[in-house]
Amino acid sequence: MREEGKKQIWKDYQKEIADDHFFYVRSCIRQSFFPGSETAFINILREELGKDIYEHPDHTTCTGIGYHSDLVPFETIMTVVARHFALAKEAGYKNFAISCVTSFGIYSEIIETWKHFPETLEKTRENLYKATKREFDIPENIAHASDIIYKFRNEIAQRAKIKLINIKTGEPLNIVEHIGCHYSKMFPKYGQGGAEFPEVLAGMIDAWGGKVVDYPERRHCCGFGFRQYLVQANRGYSVANSKKKFDSMEPYKPDFILANCPGCSMFMDKWQYTISEMEGKTYAENQQGIPVLTYEELAGLVMGYNPWDLGLQYHQIQSEPLLRKLGIEFSVEDKYKTKDGRQMPIPECPANINF
Amino acid sequence: MEKLYDLLLQDIRFEEGLNACMNCGVCTAICPAAEFYNYDPREIVDTIQSKDEEKIEALLRSETIWYCGQCMSCKTRCPRGNTPAMVIMALRTLSQKLGYFTDSEKGLQQFALKRTIGENILKYGYCAATYIVNPELHPEQGPIWKYMIDNIDDVMERLGANLHKPGAGALRRISDEALSELKSIFDVTGANDFYSEIEKHSEKKAHELGFDYQKEGINNEFFNHIFKFNSNNHSN
Repeated sequence: MREEGKKQIWKDYQKEIADDHFFYVRSCIRQSFFPGSETAFINILREELGKDIYEHPDHTTCTGIGYHSDLVPFETIMTVVARHFALAKEAGYKNFAISCVTSFGIYSEIIETWKHFPETLEKTRENLYKATKREFDIPENIAHASDIIYKFRNEIAQRAKIKLINIKTGEPLNIVEHIGCHYSKMFPKYGQGGAEFPEVLAGMIDAWGGKVVDYPERRHCCGFGFRQYLVQANRGYSVANSKKKFDSMEPYKPDFILANCPGCSMFMDKWQYTISEMEGKTYAENQQGIPVLTYEELAGLVMGYNPWDLGLQYHQIQSEPLLRKLGIEFSVEDKYKTKDGRQMPIPECPANINF
Repeated sequence: MEKLYDLLLQDIRFEEGLNACMNCGVCTAICPAAEFYNYDPREIVDTIQSKDEEKIEALLRSETIWYCGQCMSCKTRCPRGNTPAMVIMALRTLSQKLGYFTDSEKGLQQFALKRTIGENILKYGYCAATYIVNPELHPEQGPIWKYMIDNIDDVMERLGANLHKPGAGALRRISDEALSELKSIFDVTGANDFYSEIEKHSEKKAHELGFDYQKEGINNEFFNHIFKFNSNNHSN
């Protein structure tokens, strides 16, 4: 196919991502498990890229986990999201930067529903006004926070302190990526590269010098499954799906997993521990596990942020072997210290993971 | 009572999620739940489009509709643009409205979900937060999670969070005014009534099963039973 033809087709898989003035909405899961990632995202945008990003203290959960657990009615979540839109309108913002893939899917689903069923938009306006006396506009631009890092990946590369190469061999690191089901499986046009060619993480890896490794179960769900994890009796579903992915990627010897969705990031980290306890099976060489990074953590490392300010020490799979491959200098003494430098206790070492 | 099929049609997700299904089975082929559970989304969709009321009622009372993990992989792959996972959402909603959900082991878990995620939303303004994820109920989170909980103030301060404090930031305290607005939205849009229905039907089931029903909380035998019990009759 001619180059122009390819470019024409690829245009269908591109989304518009706003350039500046973002209304940031945090994620229940990311702020709980990876608060350092959200801190890094805001720092990168404000300090490194000079962007305006605003966060409203009265922004609440979108209730997405409750919705997909079949507790929160559709009318309710539409109105909760409409309240978020109202907060943005009142603060003068039209571009959303969304920290959570579940929320991102929710926002996409609701906006599409309002387009196809205008009566639901009117009903939501009524509901919100009745409940809160607030009014809203539909935002002009909806981006997952990773879309924004993707958009500025080359600017980040220009400021990079390291490349994603093994300093001993000079070869690019082998990186597997996992974008999370609700990023684009429901509404492909909202995702960079759609559902077929998701580019949001692969584009970062390419721009920062790594090698994206394809593997058979690359697009398989991490296994969260909402009620399939949230109820203890169902967790076999969740760990079994992650195991399917680990078994599929293992022969390709990934140096790390890059994840888009906060839930996926957490599960792919923690289920490696669970599998090591259940079956004595620990992935990766030297029984160290395969590190899982959020895209904010990776961007932060590339730009020279202290890994312990990013929070890598609070993953169950530890990152020192990866940091050494990348040639990142780190202080062992600083790892478990408080912000003001007090020494904290040392965490317990799992039985089957070299910690 | 209106026909079950007509009740399903009133759910916009059902209207949007199911046009004529041609039974190709691609949804089942791609479905993570179908691989793990005795679950077949193609069969469910085909049962519904038969409009057979007895079969639809059996579905609403079954284990089957609770196996879907909501990954939405079926949406991407269906050649007709259907979304079996959204049809499942409509079925689950109706099952709870009619009180049929307590007939199945997996359906009854809605009580545990309501007492945890459902109530977290109105109590904290979050579906989940670090301080709610109890290591005893989440052993799979490993020793690092227990460590984070044990040292939560220092961990969160170092990582730039704003734990329990007013203002913006990760894990900030959601103001009483914002929580009040959430509650008002739940009142106006029927979520609180829906929660009450879950409680009402679960209370009846608790008595049937011989458990004491506590009106609040998760430190009780009924919650623990539902949260942890697995008959192991669900997999292939």
